[in-house]
Amino acid sequence: MPEGTLILRGRVAAVLGDNIDTDIIYPGRYLNITDRALTAGHLFELAYPEIRAHLQPGEIIVAGANFGCGSSREQAAAALKFAGAGAVVAGSFARIFYRNAINLGLPAVVAPEAAGLCRAGDEIEIDLASGSVRNLTRGSTVAAAALDPRAIELIEAGGLIPFLKRKYAA
Amino acid sequence: MGMTLAEKILARAAGRAAVKPDEIVVAEVDLAMSHENADLVRKSFAEIGVARVWDPSKIVIIFDHRIPAESEKTAATHKAVREFVAAQGIANFYDVGRGGICHQVLAERGHVKPGMVVVGTDSHTTTHGAFGAFATGIGATEMAGVWVEGRLWFKVPATIRIEVGGEFQPWISAKDLILYIIGKLGAAGADYRAVEFDGPAVRGMSRASRMVLTNLSMEMGAKVAFTPVDEIGPDADAVYERVLRIDLGRDIGEPQVACPHAVDNVKPLSAVGELEVHQCVLGSCTNGRLEDLQIAAGVVAGRTVHPRTRLIVIPASQAVYLDAMRAGYLETLMTAGAIINPPGCGPCVGVHQGILAAGEVCVSSTNRNFIGRMGSKDSSVYLASPAVVAATAIAGRLAHPQAVVEEALHA
Repeated sequence: MPEGTLILRGRVAAVLGDNIDTDIIYPGRYLNITDRALTAGHLFELAYPEIRAHLQPGEIIVAGANFGCGSSREQAAAALKFAGAGAVVAGSFARIFYRNAINLGLPAVVAPEAAGLCRAGDEIEIDLASGSVRNLTRGSTVAAAALDPRAIELIEAGGLIPFLKRKYAA
Repeated sequence: MGMTLAEKILARAAGRAAVKPDEIVVAEVDLAMSHENADLVRKSFAEIGVARVWDPSKIVIIFDHRIPAESEKTAATHKAVREFVAAQGIANFYDVGRGGICHQVLAERGHVKPGMVVVGTDSHTTTHGAFGAFATGIGATEMAGVWVEGRLWFKVPATIRIEVGGEFQPWISAKDLILYIIGKLGAAGADYRAVEFDGPAVRGMSRASRMVLTNLSMEMGAKVAFTPVDEIGPDADAVYERVLRIDLGRDIGEPQVACPHAVDNVKPLSAVGELEVHQCVLGSCTNGRLEDLQIAAGVVAGRTVHPRTRLIVIPASQAVYLDAMRAGYLETLMTAGAIINPPGCGPCVGVHQGILAAGEVCVSSTNRNFIGRMGSKDSSVYLASPAVVAATAIAGRLAHPQAVVEEALHA
């Protein structure tokens, strides 16, 4: 998925439940890894190692409410991004995870009914700007929150670092 | 229309007369705190390519997650941060042996003032609402942006007000109160919200106990949480999304326990059932302060930690360690069979001294019990108050402090 795209299409890699915490996404024992690309190897390591094993570039993680609750560790969002996830669609997000994802250029999409609509393997299409998740496999659509213009700016830039880099390049 | 405390602070920091929930504002940051993950921040900052941080006097860096360094890898990140701190002229740096847990050190060294906007690359930054600050956790790259610009966008949170009255029952503490609240509201119950605690019971609490409330509010998703301070408060006609009233006498009759593997899986102690326990941990940014060590020392005094169980005590800071030593609490705890670990996060985040093996059960005064949080994914962590942790260490099974104290009297 090229960075900056506002219509995303991809296969659902997994559908997870509510309150997927950051220790599940990225165990604390690896917090001293500060090279973002290296975080990918530990994605979901303790609870769902099979997701990491099978995740293909551009695939989408779908989950229930409060995804990313717990620690502020940015490695949780980084591991998803560098393992190849194209987006995370969840019923709701814990706030720090949400900001981390957007700041790293990983689309995080709020769609309360998506977890009920999708099964692993489905092909879905997300419109970040207008806010919708279409399940192409099942021919259904659920509403999603349109991304805030500020978040769209960051997604289009590829994240906060390239955004600020451009702003301060003089 | 009046403003809540969160609205009032954000309005001031954004240079606005008033703000209301769901508005996006850009606020000046008064204090930016990081721990070891300053190494991540430093890397993002270098990638942005700006030479100097916006204001070194507003940055505080405190090592706490892995001190002293437990591995060569951590030692290298510590070293890189020390070099960055020196190069940028960041004077407020608390290295190994100079500080302790970031939230405790930030508080006890007086860095936080009422009305401040504080951001920290640690989710439990909400703690500092006990000092009247709008204090919240952010990620490392976002912090790099703060180091560049000195400001950050926030969505103005709606506020939940929680008024607490009545008297604490014997052996019941702030930890039991906040676990009870998290159990009622759920892990997402305060997502994106500010929480204002008030009422006679809260006003009667020590500052250390109030910090337990603001610290653990994060575990129900709160963006910020406050307990009352004299200098600044909500307007009398502030508008709240929701008001909860709790009466300690009526609602919280016994210690509360958060069972695996979620902080909102809260039960009264008697409902947990028989539980053999291998490790007890007393410490963390939630419950590693002097009053916590004092109450634990009172429970274990003259008794011995059960042969099945080990008791790990981690004073929250160098200052707490010294005070607890001078007060004799550490001697009492050690005589009972506790091991005292250096001030820091300890095993709470599963990276430093006190890791659990598969099949082991821990009762801990810390703040999270997620799968694998303290070690093996097949271990279990139950969260409870310092008094329950101490009682459990003596009994070797989950125990009510009253039962432990009475049993010894009759022995």
